[in-house]
Amino acid sequence: MLSSPQRKPFSPRAVLVITLAVGVLLFGALFTGILVLTAAIKPVMIAAFLRQVVGVDPATWPHTTLVTWVSMAITALILLTFGAVISGATVWWEMRVSARMQSRIGYNRAGAGGFLQWIADAVKLLFKEDLIPAEADQLLFRVAPYFVMTGFALTFVALPFGEGLVAADLNVGIFYMVAVTALVVVGILLAGWSSNSKWALFGGMRAAAQVVSYEIPAGIAIMVPVLMAGTLSMQGIIRAQGAWPWQWFVFTNPAATVAFLIFFISQLAEGNRTPFDLPEADSELVAGYLSEYSGFRFALFFLVEFGNLWVMAAVLTTLFLGGWQIPWVSAADWTAARGALGDLPGAGWWGLQLLSMLVMVLKTLVVLNVIVWIRWTLPRIRIDQMMNLCWKYLVPFAFAAFVFTLLWQVLLARVPLLATFTGFIMTGLFVAMAALFGRQVKANIAASGDHVDLTNW
Amino acid sequence: MTQTTGKLLGWILGTALAIGFVVVMGQLAIGPAAQSMVPAPATSAGLTEVLFYVLAGVTIAGAAGVALSHNILYSAIGLLMALLGAGSLYVFLSADFLAVAQLLIYIGGVLVLVLFAVMLTNRITEITVSNTSLGLWGGLMLFVAVAPVLLAVALVTPWATITPAAAAHTTETIGDALLSRWLLPFEVASLVLLASLVGAVAIARKEIKAD
Repeated sequence: MLSSPQRKPFSPRAVLVITLAVGVLLFGALFTGILVLTAAIKPVMIAAFLRQVVGVDPATWPHTTLVTWVSMAITALILLTFGAVISGATVWWEMRVSARMQSRIGYNRAGAGGFLQWIADAVKLLFKEDLIPAEADQLLFRVAPYFVMTGFALTFVALPFGEGLVAADLNVGIFYMVAVTALVVVGILLAGWSSNSKWALFGGMRAAAQVVSYEIPAGIAIMVPVLMAGTLSMQGIIRAQGAWPWQWFVFTNPAATVAFLIFFISQLAEGNRTPFDLPEADSELVAGYLSEYSGFRFALFFLVEFGNLWVMAAVLTTLFLGGWQIPWVSAADWTAARGALGDLPGAGWWGLQLLSMLVMVLKTLVVLNVIVWIRWTLPRIRIDQMMNLCWKYLVPFAFAAFVFTLLWQVLLARVPLLATFTGFIMTGLFVAMAALFGRQVKANIAASGDHVDLTNW
Repeated sequence: MTQTTGKLLGWILGTALAIGFVVVMGQLAIGPAAQSMVPAPATSAGLTEVLFYVLAGVTIAGAAGVALSHNILYSAIGLLMALLGAGSLYVFLSADFLAVAQLLIYIGGVLVLVLFAVMLTNRITEITVSNTSLGLWGGLMLFVAVAPVLLAVALVTPWATITPAAAAHTTETIGDALLSRWLLPFEVASLVLLASLVGAVAIARKEIKAD
């Protein structure tokens, strides 16, 4: 505001109100859109809507297909926007947490707590010059961000948000999720090569080597929940679990706990997150494969990198942490709330859907927060350590977990109570470990003469 | 002179082999199958048909890019487009598992490795090294010889469309088939993979010893 010194700045209260309004409206609109549209684009729902609200017969009405395609297009748009917005919000959260962990102030100018900073950053990036190096391969340099963006956007097709809230409950859901991420690697390789810069090339090569290696333990670890659920569908895997921690896959089978850890580590590596951020190690490679990118193309890479955190966390929640399951609500309750399949569902069903979405989003955010903590806690590992970890430790352990699960499923078929028993024991162990950890943290803080201070958030 | 004659002879022989292969395959495989097919009734051009032609176009454009490009990296991108297009055509046949497997194995695995290998080499923009061709004449002769046969097959065959069952669950069927009826071929294929793995280790080991 240098050019207009006479203008009074907003009062802190007004800033808070504006920030809250933007946050609530933006996320409220997006989540409502996802809630309504992902549930509504199913053929049964569209037919019921046309029959009961519009008052036409969907079988003979000429515009039924048009309505279906248009609602699908709007859903796709909303999911994409959600991906972009959640990516921005994740940047904000990550910067706040990192500032807190490093005793800095962090974002605090645009909006209350700097919450609007990501919007300002995005606008700034849009206005920057779109620079393409003269020596770069012009076509591939321009094409690379599209591959990355497509690989990211396609994951939202099968990503569940709630019981009936998924754009398409693919029969091969988790397999599809793993496959479309492959496009991101192609984009990164192309970006690295076409930039015609040694830093970018090294970054691209490292990224490709890392992602291709870690896809193997991740893929085998995914097989564990798939074996336990007997399906590849994301919703099917969630339906095979329960709402309580002792019914989650991570606690019902000791091998699944191992698979959870392996999958978590592999996901960190595939998302190029610290301690596996070798492809863009800033002290060695400037910024790796995106060194030469600027403006909107850079924004796309950045968006995907942070948007991936949500996808990662949601997939982890789906596979191991019970997804959207609500306590005390069984599959029979869902069918009862749905009513006749030809009708539009009642308010009770929508309420349940909202609740399931809340559970899913909450779990996803907790996992996302852990990923952020890890980034600002651990140092970067060396490239040989990265390869060692993958091939000498994660792959053998993943295979062991896989074989153990095969035997475990055979055993479970004879002694079904075993899963509940293990679930209680493992949950108890986890709670005890968490309590011990908390006590140690408290003791450490007391020993250093410090105290917990949350006033300056 | 003798070199040109030899090359020409080679091309003629290759062309004859290609034609023979197409004719034999047409008689043995396509012919009887085509007899039993019923020509499909003409359907109206909906959005699905438009999508199909777009994807088919992408596949063909990608394949042309592989053959015609002068830069091997562009050929790799053409291959990516062709594989993606073919994979999405599987979706139209409601073979969802196959489509995703195509995406994962050919793009996530094979193509990334191809790109990786290409990038490790430095003279990749030199056509003479990476994209050698055997001359215009050879290509033209092969085209003249093969195109009529392929065209005839495409036009004569009474192509039938089978309306696929809507999103059938293929995963279970594939799993059952692989572990019962096709168990032996499945295991033999895994042996081939094992052999290639052992081979890769053998080659890599030799390099380390030479250092």
